Parts: sequence; C-alpha cells; structure tokens
Amino acid sequence: MGTTASQLQKDLLSEYQELTFLTKQEILLAHKRFSELMAKEERSSPSLRVPMEKILTMPELKSNPFRERICHVFSTSDMKDGSLTFEDFLDLLSAFSDSATLEIKSHYAFRIFDFDDDGTLDCGDLEKLVNCLTGETEDTRLNPEEMRQLITNILEESDIDKDGTVNLSEFQHVISRSPDFVSSFKIVL
Amino acid sequence: MDSVDSVFYSERLGPSNNPLLDQLPSYQSLLYRRKSSATGSTKRRGSSRRHLSSSSSWKWKGDKVEEKPKAVAHQRLICELPKTMEEKRRDNVQRMEQARDLSSWKQWRQNTHHSLKRLKEDCMELLRRLKLWRGDIHVIEGMFGTGILSYFSFLRFLVLLNFVIFLLMFCFIMLPIIIAPHTSGNATFDLYNGRECSNYPSTSRRGLVVFHQYITDLLSGTGFLEETYLFYGYYKVESIYFPKFSYNLPLAYLLVTITYLFLSLIWIVKRSAAGFKRNLVQDEDRFQSFCNKIFAGWDFCITNETAARLKQSSLLYELKTDLEEERIKQKIADRTRREKCRIYVLRLVLNLFVVAVLAACFFSIYRATIYSQEFQSSQFDQRPNFILELIFEYLPSIVITLANFITPLMFTLIIQFEDYSPAFEIRFTLMRCVFMRLASIGVLLFSLWSQITCDLGPKCPCGYKHSDYPCWESRVGQEMYKLTIFDFIIIGAVTIFVEFPRKLIVTYCDCGLAKWWGQQEFAIPQNVLEIVYGQTICWIGTFYCPLLPAICTIKYFIVFYIKKMTLVKNCRPATRPFRASSSNFFFLVVLLIGLALACVPVIFSIAQINSSRACGPFMNYTKSWEVVPEAVSQLPGGLPTFFFALSSEAFAVSFFVVTCLAMFYVIALAGAHKRVVDQLREQLAMEGRDKRFLIQKLCQAQRTSVRSAGVQSHADRDRQSNRGAQNHDDPGGVFLAQPPVSATHV
Repeated sequence: MGTTASQLQKDLLSEYQELTFLTKQEILLAHKRFSELMAKEERSSPSLRVPMEKILTMPELKSNPFRERICHVFSTSDMKDGSLTFEDFLDLLSAFSDSATLEIKSHYAFRIFDFDDDGTLDCGDLEKLVNCLTGETEDTRLNPEEMRQLITNILEESDIDKDGTVNLSEFQHVISRSPDFVSSFKIVL
Repeated sequence: MDSVDSVFYSERLGPSNNPLLDQLPSYQSLLYRRKSSATGSTKRRGSSRRHLSSSSSWKWKGDKVEEKPKAVAHQRLICELPKTMEEKRRDNVQRMEQARDLSSWKQWRQNTHHSLKRLKEDCMELLRRLKLWRGDIHVIEGMFGTGILSYFSFLRFLVLLNFVIFLLMFCFIMLPIIIAPHTSGNATFDLYNGRECSNYPSTSRRGLVVFHQYITDLLSGTGFLEETYLFYGYYKVESIYFPKFSYNLPLAYLLVTITYLFLSLIWIVKRSAAGFKRNLVQDEDRFQSFCNKIFAGWDFCITNETAARLKQSSLLYELKTDLEEERIKQKIADRTRREKCRIYVLRLVLNLFVVAVLAACFFSIYRATIYSQEFQSSQFDQRPNFILELIFEYLPSIVITLANFITPLMFTLIIQFEDYSPAFEIRFTLMRCVFMRLASIGVLLFSLWSQITCDLGPKCPCGYKHSDYPCWESRVGQEMYKLTIFDFIIIGAVTIFVEFPRKLIVTYCDCGLAKWWGQQEFAIPQNVLEIVYGQTICWIGTFYCPLLPAICTIKYFIVFYIKKMTLVKNCRPATRPFRASSSNFFFLVVLLIGLALACVPVIFSIAQINSSRACGPFMNYTKSWEVVPEAVSQLPGGLPTFFFALSSEAFAVSFFVVTCLAMFYVIALAGAHKRVVDQLREQLAMEGRDKRFLIQKLCQAQRTSVRSAGVQSHADRDRQSNRGAQNHDDPGGVFLAQPPVSATHV
C-alpha cells in the first residue's frame, strides 16, 4: 500500500474522496489495479487513456455481458472508443460502489441499457438488453414470439405514459421499486 | 457522449428550450424532489429510497423553488451528480468560490461538517474491517452473486447470535459459580425431604475405563461429561452468598432462559422487518415482475465466468418459465370439469400419500427414541460392544437425518404429478421440507416427554419416572447435545464423502452417466433448512445444556469454512437462483418458525413438568416457574402486589383487548394506505395521458405562432435535440412529444 500511496498525491486523493463515493482504501486499490493495466513507463502520466480492450481484461468486467456498454458510458474520450482515463475509471467505480445512491445507480444503468444512446429505451434496446441477459448465441436466445411477448409485458409494466418507450424517469420509477437492484448493481474490486 | 448529454440534461437540468415547459407541474416537482434530496443528503446512505418516494408533487408550493433554484442545485453533494470527473471538478471549484462569499461562520460550519463526515467514514471503514469474515464474504459475493452471499451472511448472523447467548449464559450462570470459592462466597443447597426422588446414582464409569469408552462419553455426553458445566444437573446451587449480597441462581437461570428466547425473537424480527416490508410491497405489485428480472436481473458482482454463464442460463430459464406460466394459467382457466376432477383426485391421493410418508417417518422417530431411551436406562454390563452402543445412543439422530434425506427427494418427485404452476411447485416442496425438518424435532421431544413423565400418584411420587430418569433435564440436554454433534458430523461427512467424490467422478470420468449426474448444486433452501434445524435444537437445548450455544458457535464457525470450501471446490450454483431479497426474508421466516417451535417445549417444561429433585438449580421447587413468584414475594414494599396484579386475569384480559384494538387499528391503516396507493396510481396514469395531450396541443399552438412570426430556425433546433424522443404518430405536429419528466415518483 505504501508505494501506491506515494504515487497518488495526498491532495488529489482527498479531492477524489470528495468527488466520488469511494473511500481512501478503495481509491488506492483502484489506482493500483489501474496502473497494472498500463505499461511501466506510462504510469506517471495521470491523464493517459487505457484502451477498452485492456480494460476489459480485468476479471471484474471480463464476464460481464454489459462490459462494452459500461466502458462507452463512462468514457470521456472524443473518439468514442470506450477508452478510460483513471478519473473515468474512478467514476465507474463510484457509480458501482456500495454507497452510491439509487439515483446515481439508476441513471447509469439507464445509460448502459440505452444501446443506441438516444435517451430512451425502445424496443430495439430492450431486445438487445434481453439478449445480453440470456446470452448471445442462437440456442440461448428467446425465440421471436417469446421476445415479442416479453417486450410487451415489460412495456406494459413500466411504460407509464404509454408512448412505446421507457424514458429515464419511468425507468427510475420502476427501479426504485425493485428490491434487488441496489445490491446487484455493484462492482467490487 | 455529448449528444446523449444534450438529451439528458438540456431538458432536465439546464434551462429548457421551452419556457412553458418549465412551468409544468411535473418539472417543478422534479425541482422539489432535488431540493428535498439535497436537504436529506447528509443521511443519504439508505435513505435515498425514502426521499425518492416521499416526494409527491401535490404538496408542493409553487413559488418557493423559483426564488433560488441555483442554491438548490448547489446543496447537492458533488459526488451525487451524474457527471464526469472533469465536470464535477469544475463544479467543485465553482462551489468553493461561492463558499468564499459566505460568512465565516457558515464556512466554518461547512468545513467542520466535511471533516466530521470524513471522520465518520473512516470510523465506519474501521468497523467494517473488524467484522467477521469480511474478506471471505466479499470473495463469495464476487464469485457467485448476492443470492449465495445472503446464505453466508445468515450463517454469520447465527454465529453472532449464538455467541451472544453464550455470553449471557456464561456471565449470569457460570461465572458466579466459578468465582464463588475465590471471593469467600458460599454456595448452598439443601436436600429436600423427598428422599426417594433425590436419589441420583452417578453414571460415571467405575473401575477400569477403556479408552473407547471415553469417546462414547464424549460423543453422547454421558459418564464423565454428565457432571460438568455442560449439563443442567451440575448447577445444584440454591443461592450463592457473597460477602455483600446473595445471588439467587435459580432465578437467574430462569430469567436468562427467558431473556435469550426474547433476545433471539427481537433480533430476528428486527432483521426481517425490512425484508418483510419489501415483501409486502412486492407482493402487491406482481405486475412488475418482468421489469425486475430485466432491469435488475444482472448481478454485476459476478466475476466468475462459469457463474456468469450460469446466471445467463438461469435468467433465460426464469424468463421462459415465467412466460410459460402465463400460458399455463391460461390452460388452467381452460380446463374442463372432467380434467379438474381428475387433477383434484390425483392431488388428494398424493397428499394422502405424503401424509402417510410423514406419519411413517414420525412413527419411526418415535420408536427409535423410545428404543434408544430404554437402552440407555439399562445396566452398563448388559451393553454390547462399543460401536453398537454408539449406534443405539445415536439412533434418533440417525433416523431423523435419514428421514430428512429421503423425504425431500420423494417430495420433488411427487410434486411433478400434481400439476401446479412452476413457482408454486418450488414453494410447496419447500414448505413440506420445512414441516418435515421441524416436526421431526417435535416428535422427538414428544416421545421423550412421553417417556419421562407420569401422572402424579402413588406409583409416581415425583411427577416423573425418577427410577429411569433421576435427572431428566440432563437427559434431554444429552439428547440435544447428541443431535447437535451428529448434525455437525453429517455436514462434514457429506462434504468429504459424497460431494468431493462426486466432483472427482464428474470431472475425471467421461461416461454419460457421470455427465448426466452432473456436479453438486449448491441449493440454498436445503442448506438453510439444515442450519435452521441446528439452531432450533440449540434454542431448545440451551436450557438443559447451558454450554450448547458455545458448541453451536464453534460448529457454525467451522460450518462456514466447510460450506465455503464446498461451494468453491465442489459445487456449482443452483440453476434456479434465489433472489437476495426474497431469500433473506425466507431464511428469517423459517428461523422464526424454528424459534416458535423451540419456545413451546422449553416453556412447557418450565411451567408444567415437575423439575427433578435430585439435581439442578430447581431441586427445591416442584416446578421451575415457582422460583419467580417466590422471588417476587420477597421484594420490598408494594412491588409484590404490583407484580401479582400484572399477572392477574383481569390485567391479562384487558391487555389482550388493548393489543387487539391496536392490531385492528394498524390493519385498518394498512388497508387505507393500500387503497390510497391504488388511487394514486390510477391518477398518475390519467395525468400522464392528460399531460401528453396538453403538451401536444401546446406545442402545436406554439409552432403555429412561431411559424407565423417567421422564426423557423428555433423550431428546427428544437426538433433536432429531441429527435430521439420522438417516435410518435404525429411527427410533424409534435416536436416536444416527451414531457420533460413525468411525475412518476409516487
């Protein structure tokens, strides 16, 4: 721990503590894990981007079907390549941390599930979401008939204003009544 | 990214393009919500759900927010904003600058507030580090998700509970006896006149003792173990005289027993309260089940790849069965009368069969207990060899374990023919298993009771069969001790001799049978039942065997590691997963049933059965409870009258009536709340529709006015920024089809 502490200056650390939901230990651990992804000589530069492929090798994300979406949502890159800086990475961990509020969590969950980035969950998004949940291969998918029925059911339950899509506030409303969400929307390093 | 943000924030946070939309009640209720969440942000952990839900737009007063919307936004904690680090930093700097304008008093207050918060977080972190098995539970959560995690935190809860019960027992019962000789205290007991009853022959073996007999004693609690702190019989103390005061041990013994039962009850209820509330809410909106599965279905904690694949297949399975269930419901509704008759008859027959199986199990437990008891009362020299002796001693435990092993298999087989819906099938099987587990303890106790007691009369002067059971409480304690030990041995043995070889066979043997058999599933309900069974025994046994909580603490401590090992090495998670929320509640409900079951025999034996005259703290009383009235009558002043008034029928009846009234009030309140929720929900849907209609009209009107003014570009920009939200029947006429925020937070 001592070596990593020296690499992350104290004022920066306390600023991160201020700006995220993470504790000191978590930030230090995140820093350690993040610098392991970089080559040795690059470690000193703080604003360096780590490409998405490298991020996805982390065991915490490797088996997550939403891993690419997560990177895209938290990336601040102009190229839209899903690469993360250390600060983006902290944002990610903060949203997925134990103490993040339901509001933050549901906000980011919405953006992760919004595959085409258009601000609402429409039928296409929902279909992709269900496919992610059940697995992408041909034999694990629901057949079109079941899919249609499922999406109708979901919209029936969540689409309060009946416009055929789920928007953020509808999503947050549904999520706020789902008891498992807060405990399962969590990534622990 | 930026385009997304424009969709998200342009309407919500920043000034909206359309000033009219700012005045919509829904948007203002959003502002109100932000304010309320900002004021509550100091206690945001855990309370976020509440202020999300408590913000209703009806209470809102329109002019308050418009005064200083900026100040409202700044009250929120920075880390609660859904922005990137860069933006948050900029915000923070801005806030700092604004803070400089504040008076020094406010600055100081803000600073101290911050540092206090930091300190509190550090302390919490430290406390969390001290928690038992934090690391292990973390790893399990990471690998297998929250469902299995809840099993392990339940185990940890039981370890803690047992440890606290042990501390209670130790401090109030054992400690006074241990320190009595050292502080010139004086423990006294005088033998009651009932000569015949107080004859207590020593069971410790005399003469040459073979080594294996020590093992027998150790496993069954007889011989040298019987006369130790382990069992009730050892506490043969009337009262302990310390230099300054005298300690009434029998009273302490009784009060501690009541206390540990109460403590367990309160602790469990407190733990389950949250889950209970949630369950009630969940039961009410069945109509949200698909959303829960889709939006909150993925467990982001899972890092193990096999676990992730399993989760995917289990989700698929769940979705398919849910869809199937809808179809099955349809099918059930379409059943003809003849089919219905057939199914009901079949169910009746199968249920009769289940009852018969249960009855057979109970009868064999009863026979085994009586046989084992008769054997134990026989003479030492008539006993066969060591192994047989142990088997006879453990006969009831063996039969109970066997019954509990076979019947669940049978139940899962039977339920397939009964044609219930899949969800109900699982619940029903589980209910039968719970009943089987707990009822078998009940039967064991009943058969012990029938063996021990006899009607008071010339044949039976002591109220119990004193010739066979000179100290019957110790004997019950021994039975409980044996059950605990045997349960522990079985858990260990199954892991080593069944699950581990199975894993080896499945991994290294390629034949079809092994593949079909597959790896052991970590079935949470069965595992929970197992430990609840153990805990029930512990609760019953603590009165008769005061050190049993200590044994249980150690037992569960080791079981934790055994289960962790078997989970990581031998098992795969179950295909049908258990949700964390529902499972937590289920565990505690089963535990509560166990506690209720444990209370019955303990209370019954305290209040009804004559306590043994030859041993134990209550040897001078006919019934254990008598110690309380006696102690009360020795109290000074008006207290005895007060306590006797408390225990009178008049008080009991009035207390009962008042409780009933309170209960009715709460029930009525709950019903009213439920109706209000329904009404609000209806209103919500209506308002959503109204609003959409109004906004459409509004936008049309606005557009025509704008067009007539000739300012086309503004409308174009609007249309562009709302491209995504616009998939409606009338794309030309409505460019702000989406209301900024519909007031969905009921």
